[in-house]
Amino acid sequence: MNKKARRGSLVTGVTSAPYQLWAVIFIVVPLIFVAYYAFTDNDFRFTTDNITRFFTATSSVTGAGGATGEVRTYMVIVWRSVRLAFLSTVVCLLLGYPLAYIISRASDRAQKTMMTLIMIPMWMNFLIRTYAWMTILQDTGILNNLLAALHLGRVHIIGTETAVVIGMVYDYLPYMILPLYSIMAKMDHRLIEAARDLGCAPAGVLRRVILPLSMPGVVNGVTMVLIPSISTFYISQKLGDGMFFLLGDAIEGQYVAGNLHFAAAIAFILMVALLAAMGVMRRLTDKYTYGGQ
Amino acid sequence: MANKIIELRNITKSFDGQVVLDNISLDIYDNEFLTLLGPSGCGKTTLLRLIGGFETPDAGDILFMGQRINDLPPHKRNVNTVFQRYALFPHLNVFDNVAFALRERKVPRQEIDQRVEEMLSLVALTGFEHRSVTRLSGGQQQRVAIARALVGRPRVLLLDEPLAALDLKLRKDMQQELKKIQKATGITFVFVTHDQEEALSMSDTIVVISEGRIQQIGASQDVYNEPKNAFVADFIGESNIVDGVMRQDRSVSFSGQTFVCVDEGFAPNEPVDVVVRPEDVDIVPPEAGMLRGVVTSVTFMGVHYEVIVDIGGFKWMIQTTDFVDVDEHIGLVIEPDAIHIMKKSEYSGLYGDYASFSNEFDELSDAESEADE
Repeated sequence: MNKKARRGSLVTGVTSAPYQLWAVIFIVVPLIFVAYYAFTDNDFRFTTDNITRFFTATSSVTGAGGATGEVRTYMVIVWRSVRLAFLSTVVCLLLGYPLAYIISRASDRAQKTMMTLIMIPMWMNFLIRTYAWMTILQDTGILNNLLAALHLGRVHIIGTETAVVIGMVYDYLPYMILPLYSIMAKMDHRLIEAARDLGCAPAGVLRRVILPLSMPGVVNGVTMVLIPSISTFYISQKLGDGMFFLLGDAIEGQYVAGNLHFAAAIAFILMVALLAAMGVMRRLTDKYTYGGQ
Repeated sequence: MANKIIELRNITKSFDGQVVLDNISLDIYDNEFLTLLGPSGCGKTTLLRLIGGFETPDAGDILFMGQRINDLPPHKRNVNTVFQRYALFPHLNVFDNVAFALRERKVPRQEIDQRVEEMLSLVALTGFEHRSVTRLSGGQQQRVAIARALVGRPRVLLLDEPLAALDLKLRKDMQQELKKIQKATGITFVFVTHDQEEALSMSDTIVVISEGRIQQIGASQDVYNEPKNAFVADFIGESNIVDGVMRQDRSVSFSGQTFVCVDEGFAPNEPVDVVVRPEDVDIVPPEAGMLRGVVTSVTFMGVHYEVIVDIGGFKWMIQTTDFVDVDEHIGLVIEPDAIHIMKKSEYSGLYGDYASFSNEFDELSDAESEADE
């Protein structure tokens, strides 16, 4: 029995070795390097300056009234990144939830077709998708031409936060729909019938049965959208006319400028913050969804 | 039993061009335990779903206390369902599952507490309030489902094969308990099952359904003792069904003999189906028998032996407490009141021969070779 168990673990060990090796080389080692760079200076001596700089660096801004003031540069960027990421996540949830529900209740054929349609944009490079949105949203772009043709006036979107959020929502919506759809497709239809039978109008069924049962999907979807959208870059540069510098852009900018150590420090801080956020999220999921009580 | 609570009038329903219910008319009375009995795929569950509001009929009307409710959604019907495999809400505990309907109606909290407790004690689950329903046994989940459906005090409770997932012993207990609950609450139960024993032991009225049509409606004893056609006779209990000819009132010929019976009202020399229940046949020495045959198999069933007897190529089943041996020649005596005569129907000749009953294939070939002689 003991021998057998040991042999079993040996087999597991041998077969899983390539994956473990892969994980060490491509996940653990890079993370160690990020941490190492974050806590060293250009001569690779230990320092916490990079970290301190992130929290204390200031720059002067000109306010609306022409008055100038000092702000903590990266705190402003963090706040902006988090705010836009939350906004995008909420929009993704509001769009994705009903869509996932509609798909999950459609016929098998329709489900396959709709899921494929949702996946197709993911096959394209996200730079190309972002450029496509530029041509749509520009002041002389497709959207404005369309509105003008319909005599509805023009809107200025490009270069605003709205444009950045549109771009992020477009990029990350599939990641919201997928986990929601998979949990809703598995949901037992008889539970919905039982709720109807016990006196729930359709709105009550949604609130009292479908919503609580799909909470794990909501948490997964939110995680999968929120985390990449906090660290996203490029979208804001292109759709926001570079006016909305985000954390991802800051990392890229420092890296391109050759400040590898400070870029690593920002990445490191972001990583720790996200890990903490995920930990809290996991706790909340366990507490407020069934099965974990 | 006087008040009709639900009336089904000429209900027809098809799915994808396949007729599932064919012109069903049925009255369900207040306070009765009515069972829809039939093999799987006969349409009984569809009928239940029509009453519950989960399907709408293609043609015909459903009346609830005289009101047409064809298009009334399920949440507005004063009817609750105990679903097959229960469909309990996994995110709610026992108390919250049972309280579900009351919370939807905004019943005051104190009354909810009191009514849920009442229901839990009715189904013997007091003390389980805060258990997760996913951690209950099948029988306990079953009780929660019943309490949840009854707490809103519906006029009618629909039960869709509620005992199918339970093991035999538990099923027997729950049969008793359901019957008791029905008596105690006075609520009309419409019970769906394919288990004829369950139907016989629980029901006031049995509705036998086959291929989307009602074959017979009647009390347990009537359906068992006076089956209307070969399908009912075969589906409910064991039956020997042989071709016969009605000579005159109270006289019928089958298996080459003429018997005295108690049935009348058939035309002289009308071909009929004759039903003889296996437990109504007495085994006697060959010379004293009205029919004679050879025993081809004997199975010990505990209370009795199940004996297959070959009489002129037709295999009869007889249930007896006397032991007989295979290949023994025996005689059979059939009393007049053991013979039940049925009109010929589309089911004639399809049921009631025990040639294929034995698991041995040579029995089948035996029967054929003897028939050839």
